[in-house]
Amino acid sequence: MSCTSSACSVLVVALVAALVACGQPAGGAPVAPVAPLRVCADPNNLPFSNRARAGFENALAELVAHALGREVAYTWFPQRRGFIKNTLKAGKCDLVIGVPAGYELAATTRPYYRSTYVFVSRADRRLDIHALDDPRLRELRIGVHALGDDYANVPPAQALSRHGLERQLVGYSFFGDYAQPDPPRALIDAVARGEVDLAIAWGPLAGWAAAHAAVPLVVTPIDHPADEPLPFSFAIAMGVRKDEPVLRAAVDAWIARRGPAIADVLDRFAIPRVPGGRR
Amino acid sequence: MSPRISTRSISILIALAACGSHDRSPPPPPSTTGAPGAPPTGGTVPGLRTIAPLAGNTWETPAGDVANTRYSTLAQIDATNVGKLHITGTLTTGVPRGHEGGPLVVGSTMYVVTPFPDNLIAIDLTKPGAQVKWVYRPRPDARAMGVACCDVVNRGPAYARGKIIYNLLDGHTVAVDAETGAEKWRATIGNVNLGETITMAPLVVEDRVLVGNSGGELGVRGKLVALDVETGAEKWRAYSTGPDEDVRIGADFKPFYAKDRGKDLGVSTWPPGQWKQGGGTVWGWISYDPETHLIYYGTGNPGVWNPDLRPGDNKWAITLFARDVRTGMARWAYQIVPHDAWDYDEIMENVLVDMDWHGKPRKLLLHPGRTGFMFVMDRETGEVLAADKFQPVNWASAYDLATGKPIEDPSKRSRDGVVTRGICPSSTGAKEFAPSALSPRTGLLYIPAHNVCMDYEGIEANYIEGTPYLGASVKMYPGTGGYVGELVAWDVAHGKPAWSIKEPTFPLNGGVLATAGDVVFYGTMDGWFKAVDARTGGELWKTKLGSGIIANPITYVGPDGKQYVAVYAGVGGWLGTSVFDDISTDDPYAALGTVGATAELSKYTEAGDVLYIFGL
Repeated sequence: MSCTSSACSVLVVALVAALVACGQPAGGAPVAPVAPLRVCADPNNLPFSNRARAGFENALAELVAHALGREVAYTWFPQRRGFIKNTLKAGKCDLVIGVPAGYELAATTRPYYRSTYVFVSRADRRLDIHALDDPRLRELRIGVHALGDDYANVPPAQALSRHGLERQLVGYSFFGDYAQPDPPRALIDAVARGEVDLAIAWGPLAGWAAAHAAVPLVVTPIDHPADEPLPFSFAIAMGVRKDEPVLRAAVDAWIARRGPAIADVLDRFAIPRVPGGRR
Repeated sequence: MSPRISTRSISILIALAACGSHDRSPPPPPSTTGAPGAPPTGGTVPGLRTIAPLAGNTWETPAGDVANTRYSTLAQIDATNVGKLHITGTLTTGVPRGHEGGPLVVGSTMYVVTPFPDNLIAIDLTKPGAQVKWVYRPRPDARAMGVACCDVVNRGPAYARGKIIYNLLDGHTVAVDAETGAEKWRATIGNVNLGETITMAPLVVEDRVLVGNSGGELGVRGKLVALDVETGAEKWRAYSTGPDEDVRIGADFKPFYAKDRGKDLGVSTWPPGQWKQGGGTVWGWISYDPETHLIYYGTGNPGVWNPDLRPGDNKWAITLFARDVRTGMARWAYQIVPHDAWDYDEIMENVLVDMDWHGKPRKLLLHPGRTGFMFVMDRETGEVLAADKFQPVNWASAYDLATGKPIEDPSKRSRDGVVTRGICPSSTGAKEFAPSALSPRTGLLYIPAHNVCMDYEGIEANYIEGTPYLGASVKMYPGTGGYVGELVAWDVAHGKPAWSIKEPTFPLNGGVLATAGDVVFYGTMDGWFKAVDARTGGELWKTKLGSGIIANPITYVGPDGKQYVAVYAGVGGWLGTSVFDDISTDDPYAALGTVGATAELSKYTEAGDVLYIFGL
């Protein structure tokens, strides 16, 4: 929309008048205003969500809300330690679009997709590596998201340390520079630039970032070794507060019914999926 | 230094005269933060010498003095009358989050910094009841709240050259006119977008404002920065990781132990490049020796990933540094824990004192550590003279004083994918940031201690992009012995406790104050503010405040010439997060495992935000 400021003011006044008028539908009983569906989301974390509502979780939130006859209202908070505490548990919003199935801090719905950790490399390198015991890994620089100081590792990176490959790893900030758009994608961009030979990343980020990279990238699910205690693939569900069974049931029923629509959204964002159980 | 000459000065002189001893302190240092010049009083332990002017009428540095003794020469309040203490003033700060620091008193004004949004409140002590003079509101970036790991705390301001100087959670340092509340300068220390915050209290000595960063949880690189007191311009910065040039290690660097010698250890003790996110943040207390121009401070735990992915000593995380404050160049360093696996930050206070050690006068540094060991060091050389356990400890059996290395129990080293139970102390340590106090009259260091252990368990899905981040799977719970907190009166000369007070329910997470009246003050997380006899530990007085205490008590003489004691009641911080109703107490892993240690807290106290002032 483009208009001069005075013209815009007129337009705003007209819109407000129209909205006020809508409060009293002609020829019917007054309709109670429907409360918006309050969604907790990160404002800067594509492909998942952003403030411009351009992420796949934004798209799914719109679909859920529409099915429930509600509008989406966002509570924005970075996806860091304290996300649930400061959003869902603080009562500032009611639905988180992506949580691990069975996540302890929320009541979770049935999972609606399952993804895995993947290798990302430049197509022109023709690496075709899909296993952690590939001997070529000993010669490569492997980018990986490095977390904070509280013991947690990305599972395949932890597995690499058991293979004695920790010195091949190059850490990229999991949280990134939050002043830049979509900070986690810096890891995938590093592959495109040749800063590292290979990245280990979570599938949704890797699939989407690779699809938008400046050079062709290859995304390959990492084989899960039989003796590896940590899983590499995880089922993702939606989450609500534990004392909200009604909302949980409604969202759960929508997921059960709308699998194809969900798959369309995930395909549009090039989210890699793998088969597997509910956890 | 207060410009006022009033009856309170006279009362101090009387108190000092009564003590009948002579000042053995050195001449006043070239410090801009000099305490009011009251000398150490009589009855000082033979052979013990304080090294900097002690707190007296006023309280102008975070620790009362630059040597971090938290000892006041005031003696109006003593064992005979402390029972008559009553509230003379209260003020709510308006921010019911963790109040970890302490106020300052300069002249007839008290200065209080609140938790985020880090407001500075000036209180007119000439008026009854703690009346507000003005409030300075710095309006820090709200994104800092989403970055800070462990509540949105601030550990207090410093005073120098007519300015109150303190840090904002969003990575800035501000200087405010102490009279008017007008902002004089604002300096950028850290980038909140990269996860850098600041929670520590600055120290100002030799016209330099010393500020360190927080944020090891987000993989930041630790550093200490010196700013010009008049302009906020950076004078030097010393990183905790990386090449010697960045760490400010040069020709004068003489570590005592071979393990700490070598070129660019801040690079070579890490996998390639990992030092760039290597942690070693500087979020605790800084000490200063005016005779040698050296400052002393400790660094936090190494950053990013669990230890399996960062083989090597990970220098200079968990390290004590001695640096020349004029240049920032390191004189020595001693890494307390190589290759940390427990999150044992060693940012705890370093108390500086000269005393006879095994018959010889030594310049000592006392460091009651998170690791559970009480370090006595030669602060000139960095030699460890003693490292004795002051709480139950099992991650290491002892320190080898010849090599400076801990003798570890490998079965208590956490590993991913492995359950390790019964590690003592827990990540919150045998002691946290809450500082101890040293009385030169007793030779005792009063340590607020914790008896908390932990289980480490690898869990699966706490780190998937796009899903909420869980943090570590650490469960903390009280250690054996039937107590959780303990005030340990550590006899420095003899290397053992003279006495202790066991607190049954919660860790002691507030600071300690010792006075020439031979009274020791401290607070508990469930809200009891206590005064005990400095020589025996006998309880003299206690009162229940409106919220738990994780703050540092201070004492001063008001414009009416009477001695007062002030402390915040406002529980919170890492250990106290269970009082905020957004944390589930059903989940022992919540709040990075601390809920298990303090789940009962909300039955005893609530979040609060009150400054209490007590007088006779």
